[in-house]
Amino acid sequence: MTEFTPVSGLLGGMLIGLSAVLMLWGAGRITGISGIYGGLLKPQRGDVAWRAMFVAGLIGGGLLWPFVAGESLPVDLQVDWPVMLLAGALVGFGTRRGGGCTSGHGVCGIGRLSQRSVVATIVFMLAAFVTTFVTRHFIGL
Amino acid sequence: MEQKSKFPLLILAFVAGLIFAFGLSLSQMVNPAKVLNFLDLAGDWDPTLAFVMGGALLVTVPAFRFILRLPHPLLSGKFSLPTKRDIDTPLLTGAAIFGLGWGIAGLCPGPAITALASGLLPVFGFVAAMAAGMFVHMALFERK
Repeated sequence: MTEFTPVSGLLGGMLIGLSAVLMLWGAGRITGISGIYGGLLKPQRGDVAWRAMFVAGLIGGGLLWPFVAGESLPVDLQVDWPVMLLAGALVGFGTRRGGGCTSGHGVCGIGRLSQRSVVATIVFMLAAFVTTFVTRHFIGL
Repeated sequence: MEQKSKFPLLILAFVAGLIFAFGLSLSQMVNPAKVLNFLDLAGDWDPTLAFVMGGALLVTVPAFRFILRLPHPLLSGKFSLPTKRDIDTPLLTGAAIFGLGWGIAGLCPGPAITALASGLLPVFGFVAAMAAGMFVHMALFERK
């Protein structure tokens, strides 16, 4: 069980939105994490450093969090090793195929009212709802 | 493209990454338990994720409208935006496969990368497997 935390949720979401605003305003880029990470795996000249810096910030923020908040980073894994690997591979392949993830399609795509992103977000949310229902209540992961 | 110093852009990207990670941490979206408790409608439902998404869109929707009317971004010569507009099969199958993986482990790319900071080895496994999945897609569908 986790506690419903609407206020920190809303504020955290606004920080994510602020990050996306900074990237679009400053760099003219969509803050899609799967795209930023994927671009590091298929490096194009002159297009690597900013991605590496963003990823460094993502990890650095996690490392700094305990000092900022006075609490450890809340990460409570729910599945075992092999299942983690399977899920990671599906997330990697799927986001590459569908051109985005929760941030690229969800936060930024919907943010600029892209029809593709609205559809993608509805599809991956529905797929995730069904998957979690099945894995938790029928397979017992 | 207009040549500008890259340094401010790199600082901006780092700061934006930091803020993004703080947002994921404050909202606890780095926690797969919290995400799965949102996705599991039949369990002890935790609606927080909807508030996180709502908070982000409350900022991006109005701000993007304003930003995209500018002639160019502050530190770059042009906006680099996705150009595809059609709802095609790869979009739908890709989103479905992503949702499948997300629903299994409760991790999507951003939280997975920030959660590396926890030092938990399976998170490193997840992020490496994510790269493997992307490489498979590149090998199968991105050959020119």
